[in-house]
Formats: sequence, structure tokens, C-alpha cells
Amino acid sequence: MAKIIDDKPRQTVKDRVNSTVDAVQGSQAWNSIFRPGSIFRKGYTDSPRNRSYVIMNSVLYHLHPVKVKRHAVKVSYTLCLGGLSFFLFILLTVTGIFLMFFYRPETTAAWNDIQNLQTSVTFGLLVRNMHRWGAHLMVLAVFLHMARVFYHGAYKPPREFNWVIGVILLTLTLLLSFTGYLLPWDQLALWAVAVGTNMMGFTPVFGQEVRFVLLGGAEIGSETLLRWYVLHVLFLPFVIVIFMAIHFWRVRKDGGISGPL
Amino acid sequence: MTEIPEHLLKRAQAAREKSASSGGDADGGSAAESSGSASGAASSEAASSAASRIPEHLLQRSKAAKDNKAENQAAAGGGAVAVADKVGAVVAAAPAAGGGVPAGAGPGGHTQRLLTVVKPGSIQDVKATPVDKVHTWPHLLVGEFVAALACTAFTFLFSVWVNAPLLQLANTNETPNPSKAPWYFLGLQELLTMFHPMVAGVTIPGMGLIALVLAPFIDRNPSNKPEDRKFATSLMTVHLMFWAVLVMIGSFFRGPGFLFILPWRDGLFFEL
Repeated sequence: MAKIIDDKPRQTVKDRVNSTVDAVQGSQAWNSIFRPGSIFRKGYTDSPRNRSYVIMNSVLYHLHPVKVKRHAVKVSYTLCLGGLSFFLFILLTVTGIFLMFFYRPETTAAWNDIQNLQTSVTFGLLVRNMHRWGAHLMVLAVFLHMARVFYHGAYKPPREFNWVIGVILLTLTLLLSFTGYLLPWDQLALWAVAVGTNMMGFTPVFGQEVRFVLLGGAEIGSETLLRWYVLHVLFLPFVIVIFMAIHFWRVRKDGGISGPL
Repeated sequence: MTEIPEHLLKRAQAAREKSASSGGDADGGSAAESSGSASGAASSEAASSAASRIPEHLLQRSKAAKDNKAENQAAAGGGAVAVADKVGAVVAAAPAAGGGVPAGAGPGGHTQRLLTVVKPGSIQDVKATPVDKVHTWPHLLVGEFVAALACTAFTFLFSVWVNAPLLQLANTNETPNPSKAPWYFLGLQELLTMFHPMVAGVTIPGMGLIALVLAPFIDRNPSNKPEDRKFATSLMTVHLMFWAVLVMIGSFFRGPGFLFILPWRDGLFFEL
């Protein structure tokens, strides 16, 4: 009896892998992903048809057409700056949401919250760093994107309208970065914003009024912090997303990216 | 004279070779087909072979009808019909003389003629010129994905090694020296040392921004070739360099009291 059991061939690694693959591919999860009606009914094989489906049957179709001009995929043409600006915005949104869990926009609490975030929250310091450096990087990327577009003459008809949207986006990016600058409520934040808003007060006709509304008073205080917090986490992101949507839509309406030169 | 497209020439060549080879084997095969399509009268003698698809009795009937018609016209006479009469006579006479080659045949025995080849552009309004395109997936998406990954990796590693500044708690009674705006506004702060605050903080940046917005409406030059727009390129370069230099001076060369310093001698007064 014992001999018979011993004679049964032992499972090789290959057999185990095969049985695992069979188990996975027979599972309900697998079959619900690769079911009729999903993007790839029988797995992905590289064919022009499937290449089209990747875009057509996914949310990416809102951003990209199925095919693009050959020169448009050259990294040396765009340096990916527009895409990176958008990606940095997403990165900043993700890290920013994380930071919101640990931050109260009150003059008595804000600085301590940041201090606690850095010292007692897991990955708190790392995420705050990423948010800060990402913000500076985004200002840089948007600025360089604008320079790239200008040097390629991509603001010319039919893209004048999109160029104007782009300048608005640049301004909004600067405002987003500037409103975020105040939130740690340390000496750097307070006095940087003081210098910036003093300059704003010299705008003719309505300068003082705009300054008063933005600061919520004559000087920077707790009202300012709350206002700039709301501007930074809700108002300006909301506005910039709308303008980004128009920007991306116009890129496709105007026949994809410009060029070749 | 319109040139004949290459693929049509090739097709004609292939057809000619095919008919030549089949004509060599069974005499009258090709001749029968060509004559059958043009003139029924001729084919009745030359090829009553199996190659002709038109039944024999129909060909006979058609020939009889044509003869009849020719006789009638000849009888009627009259100036107006004279031309038609002649043509009819030629058509009727040719088969007998030509012995199998139809009346309208060309020098090579062709019964069909290519009158003209019309290029698509001349009668169709072609709006879209074909563009060399590639699939977004994988060609574009892979690049974007790699760029996003590299960007994340860079931000991540930079954040691991360099901490964001957090100075002491804000104190409205204690002004740090120097007080500096965020780096992208340091160009403006630098201008502030030279001009009235309204000029430095509002007029100059405002005009810069308006000039940017109006760029496509001021610059009416339609070309996007660098060699055609040297003026625009140089103007923009001067504009960008103006701000870059001001920002760098404001960032690195301004110390306490916002006075000019040399960073390698007096140290760095700059926080990001």
C-alpha cells in the first residue's frame, strides 16, 4: 500500500505553476475581468484593433485620440512638459488630501499641526516634502511648458484661444502655489505673503479693496489663514480643473499638438 | 496628356500576357472574346467556339437584323441619313474584310480604349491630407507613463533627502531680515528696489502678462519655422531672461535689508 502511494509521481514546479495558472484563470475574479463585454475578452494580443480598444474603451479616450501624429510622440519635441504639469497637479492633489487630514487652518493650531505631522505621523514629513517640492516643480514645469510652446510657435492660429487659456493656467498655478505658501504659518510663510500682498495693495483703483477681501482685514491674521486655506484646497483647484479641461479639449479640437517644425 | 497610373499599366500588361499565352494554345480564344464583345457579326465566323458566351442563334438573329436595317437605310436614302448609312455600311462591310478583327479595334487589336484617367484631386474636394500617425497605445502612453514614473521617483527621492523648511511660529511683531516673497515673485521684489511699488508690482508684471496673452494676436506671422521668426524668438528670450535674471538676483544676491550680497562670500539668504 505504501509503495503505491510512493509511486505516485511528485509534483514538479512546472505542474504547480500550471495548476496555479488554471486556478487563477478559472476563478470568478478572472472571468469577471476577462468576460464578454470587457475591454479584452480573451486577453490582450497586440493587434491594431486591440491598440485602438485600449484608448477607445477606457477613460483615456477623454484625453487622447486613438492615433496621434508620429512626430507628436517624440519626447524631444514636447519634453513632456504639459503632461508633467498635469501629472504634478495630480500628485499634489493626492499628497494634499493626505495633508488635509492633519491640518487645521487656525493661527493657534496650524503650525503645531505641521510640527506634529512631521514628527508623529507616519510618512507625514515625506508627504509634506513631496507636496512642497512638487509645487515648486509644477510652477517650473508650467513655466517651461509655456516657453516650449512659444518657441514652437504653437500659439499661432488655430491655437490662439488655447494659448490664452494656458496663460490663465499659468496665473492660476502661481496663485495656487502662493496661497499654499501661507498655510504652515511659520515666519517664512507669514512674511513672504506679507511682501506679496503689500505689492498687491498698490494696484490702482481697487488694489486696497482686493487686498482687504483677500486678507479678511487690514493685516494678515486668522481670517487670512482660513480664506487662503479655502482658496488653496477648494476654490483654485476647482477653477484650475475647469480651465485644464478646456485646455486639453482645445488641444484635440485644434488638431493635436502643433508641428512638426 | 494625362499620365496613366502605374497599377493600371501593370494590370494591362498582365492581361496582355495572359491573353497572349492563352491565344498561343487555342487559336481564336482571345480573338473570339474580343470580337464577341464588340461586333456580333464578326464573331459568328471567327469563333463559334465554346469560348463565346453568346449563344449561336442569338448572334445569327442579330446579324440578320443588322443586315435588314442597312438595306432599309440604303433604300430610304436622304442627306440626313447619309452619315449613318455610311457608318452602317462600314460596320457591315468590315467583318467580311477584316476576317475576325472588329471594326473599332485599335492597333494592338484592342476593342476598349482608355479615354482618360482622372486624378482624384481634380474632381473630388479632398479636404484632409493623409498624416503619418501612430497608435496612442503603446507609442504615446508608454512615454507618458515613463515620464510620470520618473517624475514621481525624482520628487520622492528629493523629498527623502531634502526637508521642506518649517521656521518658527509666525510672529507679526518680529520681521525677519531679509523678508523674501516666494521665489517666483522675487523678480517683482527685485523690481521693487528700483521702481515705485505700483510700477514694480502691478504695471510691469501686468504688462508682461497682457503681452503674453496678446502674443498670438500681435504676432501675425503664420510660419512656425524658427528661421522665419527670429524677431519673435529673440523678443521672448529677452523677456524670459529678464525675469530669470531678476529672480536669480532676488534669490541669491540679496541679503539683510535686501542689500546686494555675494552668496559665496556672505552666505545664502534663501528659503524655498
